[in-house]
Amino acid sequence: MSETPILKVQGVSKRFGGVHALENVSLELYPGEVLALAGDNGAGKSTLIKIISGVLHPDEGTIWYSGSEVTFENPQKAREHGIETIYQDLALADNLDVGANVFLGREPLKRVLGFPVLDRKQMRTQAAGALRVLDIQIHRFDLPIRSLSGGQRQAVAIGRAIHWKAKILIMDEPTAALGVPEQRKVIALIKSLKQSGVGVIFISHNLVDIFAVSDRIVVLRRGVKAGERISTDTSSDEIVRLMVGG
Amino acid sequence: MNSIPLEEAIAGRLGWSGSLRYWLASARAWIFLIVLVVGFEVWAHFAYHTSFVLNPFNAQSIAVFAVGPLLLALGQTFVVISGGIDLSVGFTMGFAAVVFSKILNLTRDSLGESGSLIVAATVALAASAIPGLINGLLIARLRIPPFIGTLGMYGVARGIAYLLAGGTTVPISNSIVSFVGNGTFLGIPMTVLITIVLTAGMMYLLSQSRFGQHTYAIGGNRQASLRAGINVSRNTVALYILSALTAGIGGILYSARFSAGAAQAGEPLLLDSIAAVVIGGASLFGGSGTITGTIIGALIIAIIQYGLVFVNVEPFWQFVAVGIVIIISVLVDQTQKQLSGARLDE
Repeated sequence: MSETPILKVQGVSKRFGGVHALENVSLELYPGEVLALAGDNGAGKSTLIKIISGVLHPDEGTIWYSGSEVTFENPQKAREHGIETIYQDLALADNLDVGANVFLGREPLKRVLGFPVLDRKQMRTQAAGALRVLDIQIHRFDLPIRSLSGGQRQAVAIGRAIHWKAKILIMDEPTAALGVPEQRKVIALIKSLKQSGVGVIFISHNLVDIFAVSDRIVVLRRGVKAGERISTDTSSDEIVRLMVGG
Repeated sequence: MNSIPLEEAIAGRLGWSGSLRYWLASARAWIFLIVLVVGFEVWAHFAYHTSFVLNPFNAQSIAVFAVGPLLLALGQTFVVISGGIDLSVGFTMGFAAVVFSKILNLTRDSLGESGSLIVAATVALAASAIPGLINGLLIARLRIPPFIGTLGMYGVARGIAYLLAGGTTVPISNSIVSFVGNGTFLGIPMTVLITIVLTAGMMYLLSQSRFGQHTYAIGGNRQASLRAGINVSRNTVALYILSALTAGIGGILYSARFSAGAAQAGEPLLLDSIAAVVIGGASLFGGSGTITGTIIGALIIAIIQYGLVFVNVEPFWQFVAVGIVIIISVLVDQTQKQLSGARLDE
C-alpha cells in the first residue's frame, strides 16, 4: 500500500450545537481495500460517512481525493468523484423495476419519431450486466423490486454503484437486515468489489462480518478515533475494548 | 436467492382464493366498467328495447360527460402517483373559467373573435398555473401536507373566482368558442377531441419521460429519489402546476360549452377527479397509477352519471354512487397492498 490513498480524511471535526460529533478524526482508504468503521451508537460513524459523501460539511479538517483536496457541496458532487453511498434503507424505489432503480435520476433516453423516450430496454440490459458481474441471480427484470429478497435488493443497490463506476463505496450496515445466507452473499459481494479495485468503507456492528471482510479497522468512540488496527493483527476482544473504552 | 415471478409467488403463497383476489384487485377498473355497461345495457333492452352503448347519441353523451372529470383527473393522476393529492382543482377550474370569460369579454371589441380567444385562453392558463405554483411551493419547500395545502388553496381559489365573477356567471359570446364548446369534427365533439389529444400527451409524459419516471420514483420512495439526485422539490412544484393547468383547460372548455364562466364550474368535479384516479388503479399511498386507468375511471363516472339520467333516477344519486365507488376502490387498493406487500422470496 505504497500508492496514494484514494481517500484521505484529515483532522475532521463536526459539532452540532455544543455536541462534538467528531473531533479531529483522520483516516485513509486505498484502492481495493476494505476499511471497517466500528463503534458504538453515537460514536460518530454516521456523521463521518455523511461528511465523506457530501451530505454534511466538516467544521474543521480536509478531505483529499486521489491526492488532491476536495470540497463536496452536496452528495451529487461526491458521486461525480465516484463516491457512492449505500444506506441501510438502500434508497431503492420499491415500485420500480431493477433497471429503473439502477438508472434512477440518470435515465437514458432514445428518440422515437423525434420524441425523447425512456430507453427501458437499455436500462434492463445494463442493469442485468451490472448484476451478472456480482454473480446475482434475478430472473425477472420487469417487476417492481418489492418482489425481491433482502439480499437481492442489496445487490441492486451495489449493482447501481458499480454501474456508475464507483471508486469508493460506503456501506452502512449492509448485513443488518438480512438472514444468514444473504449476509454471506453480501460479504462475498464486498470481496468481489475489493478485487475489482474499489475502495470500500464498511460500517458494521457485527464483529464477525468485520473480521470476515475488512483489511483495516478504524474504531470511533464518542467522536474520537479510538484506534486503528490491521484486521489480521488484532482480535475481537481488542476491538470491543476500543469501542467501549477501558 | 432464487427469485420467483411475482404472480407465481403470490399464487403459491396465497392459494387459489388469494390469487383470485389479487387478480380482481388489479383488474378492478375494467371489472367496474364491464359490470356498469352490461347493467345499463340489460336495463335498456328490457325497459326501452334499445341499446345503451351502441346508440351513438348515448356514446357521444358519455364521452362529453367524461371530459370534465378526465381533464381534472389527468393532472390529479400525476399528483396522486407522487404521493400527494390536489383538492384545489375544482375551484382552479372555476377560477380559470371566470378569468377566461372576463378576458374574452374585455378584449372582444379590440382584438376580434380569434384574437380575444387566444389572449383569453393564454391569460386563463397562466392564471390557473398560479394556484398550482403556490400549492407546489407550499408542499415542496415548506413541507405542508398536500391535503392541507391544497385544501387551503381550494378556499382561496373559490373565493377569488366568486369575487372576480361578482358572485354571478359571466356570459360570453364568441362563435369560435361556441364551436369549440359544442361543435363536432367528423362527428366527434370538439371538447372530446381536445381531451383525447391532451390525454395522449399526458400518457406520453407519464410513461415515457424522465419527469413521469421521477413522479413514480418520488411516490415510491421520496428519500431514495433525493439521494439519486432527482430534484424532488422542482419536480413537485411542476406536478402541482400541471394539475392546475389541466384544471385550467377544463375551465376554458366549460366556458366554451356553456357559453359562460362560473366560479362553481368545477365544484362537483373534485370528487369525480379523485374518483377517476383511484378507480383507475392509482394508489393514494403513491407510487402507482396509469393514465389508461384514469381514462377508464373517468368513463366509469360518466357512465354512472349519464346512465342514472338514462334510467330516470334522481340525478343526485350520482354523488352517492361515485362516493361509494371511491370507497370501494380504496378498500380494494388496501387489500392489494396487503397481498403484494409481503416478502415473497427465500
